[in-house]
Amino acid sequence: MATATHPDTSQPTGFIRRNRQKLAPWLFLAPGLLFFLFYVIAPIFQSFQISFYQWDGLGAKEWVGMQNYQELVTDRAFEVSLWNNLKWLLMYLLAIPAGLGIALFLNQTVTGIRLYKSLFFFPFVISQVVVGLVFTWFYDPTFGLLNTILESVGLSPINVLGDPKLATYGIIAAGLWPQIAYCMILYLTGLNAVDPEQIEAARLDGAKGLRMLWHVVLPQLAPATFIAFVVTIIGALRSFDLISIMTNGGPFGSTRVLSFYMFEKALSEYGFRMGYGAAISVVLFLIMLFFIAYFLWSMWRQEKGR
Amino acid sequence: MFPKPIEKSSRAAQLSYQGLLPIALLMWLAPLIAVALFSIKPDTDFTTGNYWGLPSAFGGFENYGKVFFQSDMPRYLMNSFLITVPTVIGAVALSCMTGFALGIYKFKSNLWIFFMFVAGNFVPFQILMVPVRDLTLDMGLYNTKTGLVLFHIAFQTGFCTLFMRNFIRALPYELIEAARVEGVAEWRIFWFVVLPLMKPAIAALSVLIFTFIWNDYFWAVVLTQGAESQPVTAGITSFNAQYRAAYHLMSAGSIVAALPPVAMFFLMQRHFIAGLTLGAVK
Repeated sequence: MATATHPDTSQPTGFIRRNRQKLAPWLFLAPGLLFFLFYVIAPIFQSFQISFYQWDGLGAKEWVGMQNYQELVTDRAFEVSLWNNLKWLLMYLLAIPAGLGIALFLNQTVTGIRLYKSLFFFPFVISQVVVGLVFTWFYDPTFGLLNTILESVGLSPINVLGDPKLATYGIIAAGLWPQIAYCMILYLTGLNAVDPEQIEAARLDGAKGLRMLWHVVLPQLAPATFIAFVVTIIGALRSFDLISIMTNGGPFGSTRVLSFYMFEKALSEYGFRMGYGAAISVVLFLIMLFFIAYFLWSMWRQEKGR
Repeated sequence: MFPKPIEKSSRAAQLSYQGLLPIALLMWLAPLIAVALFSIKPDTDFTTGNYWGLPSAFGGFENYGKVFFQSDMPRYLMNSFLITVPTVIGAVALSCMTGFALGIYKFKSNLWIFFMFVAGNFVPFQILMVPVRDLTLDMGLYNTKTGLVLFHIAFQTGFCTLFMRNFIRALPYELIEAARVEGVAEWRIFWFVVLPLMKPAIAALSVLIFTFIWNDYFWAVVLTQGAESQPVTAGITSFNAQYRAAYHLMSAGSIVAALPPVAMFFLMQRHFIAGLTLGAVK
């Protein structure tokens, strides 16, 4: 490299420069790339491999072929988890319109609005563990705020997390709280950059309210919507902390999702079933892969576009 | 501006908007306000069933005192710092370099490597769980902060690379061209030309990664156990087991556990939001 700083040495500079330019990116990439390959990329393939074995995490692995996957097909708990994942995915998407709604509500310039915006964003900064605890107490059947409110308006109390029919929705509601805050901040930033001239022009043409929102504002918010969509899908499929804290999968396993069920199978007190757990995680990964492919394809189009 | 600025509406509309704001905020933060209220109540309020009335006395000092002096909480907090800070430094340092490589140089596999980082950043943790746990055990790093830090650095490098690469792409390329014409070595371009321009990105990423790692629960449970290495997110569950049904203490503990990222957010708000919304505007 020393020669490179003195381009007028006897070496042909063009040659060095071309090679320097070829070598340099790999030297910069090496540490990060190796780390990433070692800890993230390789384990994905290892998980695929482990899913064909029966393994308790300590002893020898025993090849069982497709047996883990065959067991999944008849596993009721797996089926429940899969349905719950679908519920999470669909309900979580509500965070996008809800976040947009709050962003529109807050997109004003009255005094103190900046503080309001940060306080509305607040739930996102708190760890999901604390959000889970906070909502567990909120739902508590004996003293929770929810039932205190319900009783004060004359309704009978409900035990959200104790009811197999309601528990998953109760957890999703807790998860929506920070997720809405995230979508809100994305849209607030997006609204900030909306072209005022277009709005004025549309206003002169008589557009207002929902029509204005749909035809003029939302198209300009497309990048924010894309990111909101990506983070919401990922968030929905990653849900683990809240379930673990709020119900630990119960009551009667009704709040399990794939990410939680996998953990339970692989590392629970009922014995380590690493192979079976890996098979569940492979299914979850394949579901995610569908979305990842879509995200990458969108990004690739953007890259080509510039 | 959309929606129509409220100043252009009638006086009544303006007043009702200003009145609505605090009510909406109170409703939005109600669960949290409840916990804050719990944390300053003395324990007698809970035995007498005074859950939602005003505290009969200010129990804040006693409750928070217990959290800090009669539990493992300070230890968990310390662990969290010792896990979070090295991860932030490591991930940001690595991604400054990967981002530079992918943002500045044109080579065949550039986009593929970039997409690999992005895709890896999106995968569900569970697919990594069994192999990473096994790997950590084999290296003798299970139940150590180092084991957790190493994995976090590697995983966060995915997101950080995405962030840094896009940031560097937006820098004026002429600067680098000019430096090359001058014959400046590549690593000097990185260090003296590009890195100073990356300060806002480094700040934004640091606060984001700090929050992400501080709030991590899954990997803390998978790779550590016990007070000697567990961060506060995992520690809070054993804290709660210790003080089962002592809601005033559990509330105080939760607030303490949540505080550092909250403080980070309010101190570095501009950077935090700039980082989170990168790409939300064309």
